[in-house]
Amino acid sequence: MTREQTITVTVNAVRHAITVPTSMTLLEMVRSRLGLTGSKECCSVGECGACTMILGDEPVNSCLILAVEADGTSVITIEGIGAAGMSPLQKSFVEAGAVQCGFCIPGMVVAATALLERVADPTLDEVQEALSGNLCRCGGYSRICSAVQRAATPEATDV
Amino acid sequence: MSIFDYERPGTLAEASEALRRDDAVALAGGTDLLVAIRHRAISPLAVVDLKSVAEIDDDIIRDGDRLTIGGGVVMSRLVHDEHVNRCFPALAAAASVVGSVQVRNRATLAGNLCNASPAADTAPPLLAFASSVTISDGDASRTVPVAAFFLGPGVTVLERGEVVQSIEVPIPRSNSGSAFARVTRRRGVDLATVSLACVVDASGHVRFGLGAVGPTPLVAESTVDELASDDGIDRFLAVTSPITDVRAGADYRRAMLRVHTRRALQAALGEMETAS
Repeated sequence: MTREQTITVTVNAVRHAITVPTSMTLLEMVRSRLGLTGSKECCSVGECGACTMILGDEPVNSCLILAVEADGTSVITIEGIGAAGMSPLQKSFVEAGAVQCGFCIPGMVVAATALLERVADPTLDEVQEALSGNLCRCGGYSRICSAVQRAATPEATDV
Repeated sequence: MSIFDYERPGTLAEASEALRRDDAVALAGGTDLLVAIRHRAISPLAVVDLKSVAEIDDDIIRDGDRLTIGGGVVMSRLVHDEHVNRCFPALAAAASVVGSVQVRNRATLAGNLCNASPAADTAPPLLAFASSVTISDGDASRTVPVAAFFLGPGVTVLERGEVVQSIEVPIPRSNSGSAFARVTRRRGVDLATVSLACVVDASGHVRFGLGAVGPTPLVAESTVDELASDDGIDRFLAVTSPITDVRAGADYRRAMLRVHTRRALQAALGEMETAS
C-alpha cells in the first residue's frame, strides 16, 4: 500500500522522480539509486558524520533521514561541491595535507562547506563545533581544522 | 531496516487517527526513532511523519507571559532564537549540546521529551523553568506540566493517538538567573552522565531539573540558604537514585551531582546579578 512511494527530490541541482521503499534512507537512495557514492555509510546512527549532506541549507546525517522524508526537498552531496573543479575548501584540504585514509573527508568537506556558507571566517572553536559530528579515525583533526580556516583566509599561516 | 508504512498526514486529526493503529510510531526529527528501528529495538508497522501537520508549527512565539515552542522546532532553532537566549539561556545551552550540528538540525525539542530518556538534555531546563506540554489527540487538547510528563524510561503520559503540539515556557516574572551543567565523557555526540539546570529567583527560591540520575528527568526545589550546607545539599539530592551504567558509576554520579549543584547555583546567582 504505502510501502513504496514515488518522490521528487533535487540532488545537486538535478531533479529526480524516483520510487523508493519507505524504509530506505536518503543515504541509501543517493548511493544505490543515483550512483552517487561519495557520501559514506559508516556508523548508521548519526554519530560519525560520514553521510553528511546539505538538506535545504543545513548539514544533516542522511543515514537518519528516510528518502520519503526528503520528498520535495533539495539536497547537496559531496558530488555537488566543486562539480566544476575543486572548491577552494577542497584545494585547501589537499594543500594542508588534511586527507589521510580519506573515508571521513566527504562528510568533513560537506559539513565545513555548510559552515563557511554561514560563517565566512570561522574561529577554531567554530570549526571544531561545526565538525564535532564528524569522526576521523586517522585522528587527522588538526590539519582538517587548519584546512577549513585556510580556506576562509588563504593568507593564514601554513600547518 | 524493517518494513513499515509511511504516512505524512496534513492535519492533527489525520495524524491522531494514523497513530491509533497498532504499532504506529510518530516521526519528528528521526534522530532517535530511526536509530531504534535500525537496532530493532522497535519494529513499527507504520511511521507517521508529523512534519506536515498544519497545527504543529516550527515557530517560537512570545505570547504574553510565556514562550510557545511549536512541536516542530528543532534544536538549532532554539540555540539561535533571540527570545530563548534572552529569557531561558539554560535551555539554549542544553539545546546546543544535543548530538552534533547535523543532529541538532533535525532533532526536535518535542521529540527529545517524547523519547523520554532519563538523560534527555533539554528536560532539566524545561523542568527548572516550570514548563508545560500541550498534548492533542486531534479532537481535544490537554496541558501537562513537564514535571508530570515522564512516567519512566521511554514512557510518557501520551496515550495512543496523542501528540505533543507545543511546549510552553513561562517567562519568569521577577528577576531570576539560570544555568545549565552537563558531565559527559567527551564533548560532542555523547549522552549525559549527569545533567542539571538551575533557576533561582530574588527571593532565594531554587528549582532544579536533574537528568540521568533517576528513571526519569527529575525536578527538585530548595532555597539558596538550604543549599549553603553539605547536609542541605544531601537532603536536596535525596530525590535522586543514580545507577551504575556504561557512562559512570552511581558514586561518581552522586559526587558530580553535589559539585555541579553548587556550581550551577553559583552560576545562576551570578547571572541574576548581571541581569539586575
